[in-house]
Amino acid sequence: MLFSPFISKPDNVSQIMLKVLLALLPGIALYVWYFGPAILVSITLASLTALGTEALMLRLRNRPIAPFLKDNSALLTGWLLALSIPPLAPWWLIVVGTAFAIAVAKHLYGGLGNNLFNPAMVGYAVLIISFPMQMTHWIAPHGLGQIELGFFDQLEYIFLGVLPHNATLDAITMATPLDTLKTHLHLDQSVQQILDMPIYGQLAGHGSEMVAWGFLCGGLYLLATRIISWHIPVAYLGTLFVIAGIFHLLDPGHYVAPLFHWFSGAAMLGAFFILTDPVSSPTTNKGRLIFAAGAGLITYLIRAFGGFPDGTAFATLLMNICVPLIVLYTQPKVFGKKSPKDNPVHKEGRP
Amino acid sequence: MEISRVLIDNEKMRTLYHFHGGIHPPSNKSQSTQVAIARAPLPSRLVVPLHQHAGEAAKPIVQVGDHVLKGQLIGMPDGFVSSAVHAPTSGTITAIDMQLIAHPSGLPNLCATLIPDGKEEWIPHKAIDYRDHSSAELQQLLRMAGVVGLGGAAFPSDIKLRIGKQKITSLILNGAECEPYITCDDMLMRERAAEIVQGAEMLRFMLDASEVLIGIEDNKPEAIAALKQAIADRGMNHEVVAIPTIYPGGSAKQLIRVLTGLEVPSGKLPTDIGVQCFNVATAYSVYRAFAQGEPLLSRIVTIAGNVRQAQNYEALIGTPIDELIALGVALPDTNGYIMGGPMMGIPLPAVHVPVVKATNCVIAASDRLFPPPPPALPCIRCTRCVEVCPADLQPQDLFWFAQSKEFGRAQAFSLFDCIECGACSYVCPSHIPLVQYYRFAKSEIRAREHDKQLADQARERHEYREHRIEREKQEKADKLAAKEKAAQAAKLNSLQQPTPQQQAELADLEAHRAHIRELAQSGVEHPED
Ligand code: SF4
Ligand code: SF4
Repeated sequence: MLFSPFISKPDNVSQIMLKVLLALLPGIALYVWYFGPAILVSITLASLTALGTEALMLRLRNRPIAPFLKDNSALLTGWLLALSIPPLAPWWLIVVGTAFAIAVAKHLYGGLGNNLFNPAMVGYAVLIISFPMQMTHWIAPHGLGQIELGFFDQLEYIFLGVLPHNATLDAITMATPLDTLKTHLHLDQSVQQILDMPIYGQLAGHGSEMVAWGFLCGGLYLLATRIISWHIPVAYLGTLFVIAGIFHLLDPGHYVAPLFHWFSGAAMLGAFFILTDPVSSPTTNKGRLIFAAGAGLITYLIRAFGGFPDGTAFATLLMNICVPLIVLYTQPKVFGKKSPKDNPVHKEGRP
Repeated sequence: MEISRVLIDNEKMRTLYHFHGGIHPPSNKSQSTQVAIARAPLPSRLVVPLHQHAGEAAKPIVQVGDHVLKGQLIGMPDGFVSSAVHAPTSGTITAIDMQLIAHPSGLPNLCATLIPDGKEEWIPHKAIDYRDHSSAELQQLLRMAGVVGLGGAAFPSDIKLRIGKQKITSLILNGAECEPYITCDDMLMRERAAEIVQGAEMLRFMLDASEVLIGIEDNKPEAIAALKQAIADRGMNHEVVAIPTIYPGGSAKQLIRVLTGLEVPSGKLPTDIGVQCFNVATAYSVYRAFAQGEPLLSRIVTIAGNVRQAQNYEALIGTPIDELIALGVALPDTNGYIMGGPMMGIPLPAVHVPVVKATNCVIAASDRLFPPPPPALPCIRCTRCVEVCPADLQPQDLFWFAQSKEFGRAQAFSLFDCIECGACSYVCPSHIPLVQYYRFAKSEIRAREHDKQLADQARERHEYREHRIEREKQEKADKLAAKEKAAQAAKLNSLQQPTPQQQAELADLEAHRAHIRELAQSGVEHPED
């Protein structure tokens, strides 16, 4: 009863984040269906680490713990990281990545709302640079691996690092569809030949393309509930499609079709869940278009010409750096002023 | 064929425009529109503040012990932007002292306390035919009748009618009433439509406006019908326009935008784009002032919220609010009172403060109706606030600058274009009291600029005096020369002085500048004004 407005919309951060977590469920379900339950283990590990690190950091920074733990934002960071790295990896991989994401990328930047970079993607970048080997062992989808591990075998590998006596790591894992494409292109095979390999499905990787469909569905739910706006997914996927399309038309033997790019790697996850992180993306609609188009372009360049198999994470981080500048130059026209140029911000600048 | 043409003639289709953002809070209006406006009983005492309008306070012209009549002037307008204050009923003045009133500053103000004698004995007053008077005379009459904007900002109406050489195309009557709970304008329009449309005609006459548009949100079909009927009965061509129900659609600038498609330029007045806007209740008071010769002594107040019976009352200015609330019977868990609506209202410092001209609504509050907000979390830059901001601002950036006391940046990001509507706070999932931060930043900036302004004004005054001395010298010299000339020519009538016309022009110019300064300082515009 201190000051107006005295009413507010029944909505809060924790509900928003919860809806984003829910929107990840279709993708996760398909993940389990095609690749087995290992992903659930890494999501659990990521969740526990995220909450633990969050609590610890809040304690160290002398902040109230309960309201922030309840906001679900740490959980989301953990889940996104878990979904970005191979699930069948030693337990400490996801723990180290998540802890780094929360402690450094989030809290050292000032905690919720203040991070310049997407914490999950910082975690991913740290892992791929520090532990490149572990980051390449992706589980083969059902029916494609030479041997399939049961759930307890997977647990044993994750926590103890032991495989059943008849299995080798190579026999149960394989390179990702994007990775395989890149390697074989280097061997001078044509796209058509490569896509005939059994690991490819209708549009992209067998199994992983279905997971991407799952994320697309979840993303549409986020759009429908207006948790995200259309600008980032449309500009990101659109740019990726157009650039991939141009290269594909020029040389179909060497450049794979645009839909392949949509449904492989972290493109769908990135378009709807990662790039759309409100804290580290622009606040203006025009800015969002520029930001996401830039990320689409960088993703393609890394995938087609760079040293890493996927580019979504690095594209996100690179574009995160540009956000303050993009926001400054895409200020909308204020009511009663003639044009955005009328706003004196262009003369004054912004942090 | 014939019929359809007539229909089209009657129902002129008007293109409505859109403003960015806006919200749809629960309206909670139906509770107080079930019964007609009731006249509040004469209270035991009336406390009439001398400063209930924007601008300078009125100067008291009665003394303790004086017996006054209903409608007698007790406060004389003092200053360019000021308005008169009257005795709302007959009785005895028992005190003229500082008392608590409902004002955001929470500071006590000079008030005249009047104990009614119960006779309601009127001072002689008479109706006038406005068509017999010039606009300037009518403005003076309104100033002396204490007519101010009744939408909430209480800006003296005569000032808004002083338009100089500006041509007014559209006179807009604001009947939008977009804030939840408030229904005083709605009920007034339903019950006193005839007076409102005649008041509108008087305003139109004074502004020489080409058209009159009455904007009413489409959640008030009864009011729309009543006004249409009143207009048709008189064969007027005022136009009632049903506008979409959205908060803050009743904010003057947003309403003008919806009805005309024009944006009042930042820092300018509606008259600069040929539009002037008055609240419907103000038009009603104008009618009473001219057609009945009655100054502004009462207004309609909505009593709503945590009460047994929500209703509108016609209450005398100065009525202690607790006596009004008692009519609606506040429920036991009431823990405070809000004057105005839940979006922009102010908490009452005490329930016995008086009804003033700006009191459109009093809401009894409880934790059930207005649960205390959970502790604020940091801004997550979700831009829900951006989506609803009717001024197209970036509330999350303004918040950031206000919080870190970067006032220069806040100003660069158009802080002063914020109309403090509260839409951003309403939607913020982090429950940040955003508007409170903007108010803080604005007052900080004003305080800092105040010193600078004082210095500037001193310099201006100094320069003006220099200029005047210079001019007088010049005039003396001229006069002397003329005299000599006259003497030489041995002619009469040689005195040279600035013509009355020049003097009038100078005074006008000075008044205009004072007006602008006043407006710049008064800052926020009230949405219902
Ligand atoms: S609505 Fe609140 S949390 Fe969201 S951007 Fe605006 S201020 Fe920040
Ligand atoms: S209070 Fe100001 S910033 Fe917030 S929505 Fe209203 S105009 Fe925009």
